[in-house]
Amino acid sequence: MRDITSILPLAAGDVSYHGDGRTLVDGLSFTIPAGGLTVLLGPNGAGKSLTLRLCHGLLTPSRGRISWAAMTEGRARRHAMVFQKPIMLRRSVEANIAHALAAAGLPASERRERSRGALSRFGLSEKAAQAARLLSGGEQQRLAIARAWALRPELLFLDEPTSQLDPAATRQIEELLAGLVAEGITVVMSTHDLGQAKRLASRVLFLHHGRLVEDAAAADFFPVPASPEARAFIAGELLW
Amino acid sequence: MEFGAIFKAAFALVVGLDPGFLAIVGLSLRVTLTAVLIAALVGLPLGAALALARFPGRSAVIICLNALMGLPPVVAGLFVFLMLSRSGPLGPLGLLFTPSAMIAAQVLLVLPIVIALTRQTVEDLWGEYRDHLRSVGLEGLRAIPTLLFDGRFALATALLAGFGRASAEVGAVLIVGGNIAGYTRTMTTAITLETSKGDLPLALGLGLVLIALTLAINAVAFGASRIGARYAG
Repeated sequence: MRDITSILPLAAGDVSYHGDGRTLVDGLSFTIPAGGLTVLLGPNGAGKSLTLRLCHGLLTPSRGRISWAAMTEGRARRHAMVFQKPIMLRRSVEANIAHALAAAGLPASERRERSRGALSRFGLSEKAAQAARLLSGGEQQRLAIARAWALRPELLFLDEPTSQLDPAATRQIEELLAGLVAEGITVVMSTHDLGQAKRLASRVLFLHHGRLVEDAAAADFFPVPASPEARAFIAGELLW
Repeated sequence: MEFGAIFKAAFALVVGLDPGFLAIVGLSLRVTLTAVLIAALVGLPLGAALALARFPGRSAVIICLNALMGLPPVVAGLFVFLMLSRSGPLGPLGLLFTPSAMIAAQVLLVLPIVIALTRQTVEDLWGEYRDHLRSVGLEGLRAIPTLLFDGRFALATALLAGFGRASAEVGAVLIVGGNIAGYTRTMTTAITLETSKGDLPLALGLGLVLIALTLAINAVAFGASRIGARYAG
């Protein structure tokens, strides 16, 4: 379908990030190949969110580097990000998507069609003309995902996408994410919710105190975590 | 003239659409609206740029701008007067005692308001939007159109505040305009003059229009924030 080479795998090579005089992320190395849903798991303050931001390019590593298999030319980055608290522009639901498409350099003629497509794909067509900021929390996060999806990313980063949602909305978002993976989009998300990680992950990167403690397939990680930290976390004993 | 008669005569002027009266109101609106328009064209992008830019001395610039919001109109007038007077740097343009000079003086009064309020609005919005805008590749100057558009309701209020300040001031337009009948006489300068001359109906009539204008501005500002709350959440 895509006529351009893939940006994946993404490789983090010995990535560190310092802030406030402390090392917040320390010597991370991992690769994200195409496909599947990778969960960054760990207690609060483990550096999950920072790691996503470093990968997405919102932050620059203090040391080490993030590299992609292919450099993307032009404005479209082909990786997108959804944040913990949905950032909704003060515009209609449809205009929120059209704005992101315009930012990516899509001509006006295509924006409308693609925004409409995204709205219908995510069940938001009826809300197209509503003010985005007046949607419910779950709908806002759905719109944020639709907006990212409309950019046709190969890789989608999500930072604790359901931590502010009620269980019903959380379930909806989880189903959505599974759908994205089935569609062939590579998903990398952070969560501190063990149940969610078990439901969704195909692979787990377990972080603790800014370091990558364990990198394993989900099927191996959850029954028998290799590290004491991960064992403690799964037993509910490791809180930070 | 007794008190009631003054009111009656003033009312007759307003309702009767007296040509001389209308000319004064018209000039006032033309001068102030032009000044606000110029201040908006210059101040909105400049305020937004100041919100996003980081440079040494930025805090000092912000403090100065905030202070300039309270610039006394007579001082603004004096400054423009010095610039435009025969021996001043812009003297050869021959603009002193023309509506253009009045517009220039009012731009000087409105611009700091527009820049300072835009800076505040855009900076707050950027704090909220930063992650998303950077994520979709809008950084630096490229983020400005989005931020100005999304701040539109707050910015409309800022422009109305500027309009309110300019339409109510008398010092600046009096100094650089000269209050020449039929040419540079505005509502505020006319009220000043007519009150001292004793033509109270004309002064009061103009005063009524000014008050109505202030009411209208506030109604529009209130409406804008209401619409903003409903539409933008």
